[in-house]
Amino acid sequence: MALKIVDRCVNCHACQMVCPTGSIRKGKNDAHFLINQDTCTECVGSYDEPQCSSICPIECAIEFSDGSPVNPFGSLTGLPLDKAPLV
Amino acid sequence: MLELKVLGDHSETEVPQGGCSSGSCGSTDDQLSHLSESVRQRVFNHPCYSEQAHHHFARMHVAVAPACNIQCNYCNRKYDCANESRPGVVSELLTPKQAVKKTMAVAANIPQMTVLGIAGPGDPLANPNKTFSTFRMLTEQAPDIKLCVSTNGLALPDYADELTKHNIDHVTITINCVDPEIGAKIYPWVFWNNKRVRGVEGAKILIDRQQEGLEKLVERDILVKVNSVMLPGINDKHLAEVSRVVKSKGAFLHNVMPLIAEPEHGTYFGLMEQRGPTPKELQELQDECSGDMNMMRHCRQCRADAVGLLGEDRGAEFTMEKIEAMEIDYEAAMVKRKKVHDAINAELAKATTQSQSVNADHAIPAETRPVLMAIASQGGGLVNQHFGHAKEFLVYEASPEGVRFISHRKTDLYCTGGDTCGDGDSLLGGIIKALEGCEAVLCSKIGYEPWETLESAGIMPNGEHAMEKIEDAVWAVYVEMYQNGKLTDNQTQMTA
Repeated sequence: MALKIVDRCVNCHACQMVCPTGSIRKGKNDAHFLINQDTCTECVGSYDEPQCSSICPIECAIEFSDGSPVNPFGSLTGLPLDKAPLV
Repeated sequence: MLELKVLGDHSETEVPQGGCSSGSCGSTDDQLSHLSESVRQRVFNHPCYSEQAHHHFARMHVAVAPACNIQCNYCNRKYDCANESRPGVVSELLTPKQAVKKTMAVAANIPQMTVLGIAGPGDPLANPNKTFSTFRMLTEQAPDIKLCVSTNGLALPDYADELTKHNIDHVTITINCVDPEIGAKIYPWVFWNNKRVRGVEGAKILIDRQQEGLEKLVERDILVKVNSVMLPGINDKHLAEVSRVVKSKGAFLHNVMPLIAEPEHGTYFGLMEQRGPTPKELQELQDECSGDMNMMRHCRQCRADAVGLLGEDRGAEFTMEKIEAMEIDYEAAMVKRKKVHDAINAELAKATTQSQSVNADHAIPAETRPVLMAIASQGGGLVNQHFGHAKEFLVYEASPEGVRFISHRKTDLYCTGGDTCGDGDSLLGGIIKALEGCEAVLCSKIGYEPWETLESAGIMPNGEHAMEKIEDAVWAVYVEMYQNGKLTDNQTQMTA
């Protein structure tokens, strides 16, 4: 059980600062942030909600292990679907 | 002969080229005059707070604070552009150590740089370790630099004490509302107590924390400036109330800024086509608020990594790559900096003790209506720029009481063509829109085509005052308009 950061991440560091298990680090060579799949607990036992995806400002940047976005398009900004940026 | 007061005139001081080119813009001494002497002592050399200072002293921002704890509908965290100048935009993120090195490199090379600010690109207090370790190192290694910080306020009450420990005596809080219902239209969510809190509930938390933070800073004798973004249809009717509230709690300056929102910025407001205020709307609101509180009009809404005098950006001279190659002897730099600062302070002191007046050739009856004029200037407080080269115009008001600076208007922020411009698809259409409310444009030269277009839009071009001091030129044009009967219906004869 672990969340995953994908390349829509803009490297704002917010998730790293709130992760209770220290599972988030910056990727090498300016790549986006990454979650250690072995240590991420999805914050179970620490908080009611996963912390990284609760502070992440970018929709569809963090995914569940099945590949679905924790914060789907429109869920953070309230933008209608027809304003979706090309992914 | 009437002694006509020109507000904030400081013709005897040398205005550096490259920065704001207005001879007297923003919070002139009339606007800072209600401040206590101790507060005035603390702002006189801060370019963002003192209108006079911003002609002489430079500032810089270091981008060490990327994370944010709230979302604002005018901000897009994905955006990064070297060519654009607006808040939240940066080219490279720095570690605290890099930021200290960059600050000292700039201080050594631009000795008139007095202020280092941290303004993001996220929220500085949502990155407390990076922000405070930068401040800690600078307090030790560069004690002659003032430090300041700009925040959304959510984390502010927790850091009020920490803020007093460094060389910080100015904090800016962005407060767009004091009503959570309005706040919910500006802030979709805040991250609070380990949860994302949305809507009115989230906005209420933010507003309460901002107000608590403001009170705590004032109690600790830290100067607080409040920034507000004017959002027509959302908070424009509400900001006078915001002004009243923050002033009653001790904020010393209020800065109402226009929304910058274009679809290509990718912000919620940009994509939803929320419009910014027209220059006229902005000025009316600033005037309305100034009845209540000290206003600021020379703000350039700069980048989170800006370097130099307001109105210029020398960031490209100080990239990390270039800084790595620089050898800095800060002990020597401090000696040089002190000399430069003393010289500027002496100039400023001379300017304030000198009589700020000019002889007017004509008195204008007190009931005569005021006129706004736009000036194309590239510095030195002179009418010295070709109309076609102007990227911003300085707007002055002439009235029987004299000439005062009102605002600067950037032409590239407004319509430059396309379907949002009602005047057609020309750059000129955008300029005319930016100059709304102005009756004349003073420039060194102007082409035939824009001349005709401006004239038919009711804005009189004027190239007769090239190289003259702005205030003198504006007054001369005002007198001429009066003499030609353009200012009163029942004009009889001159009284002078």
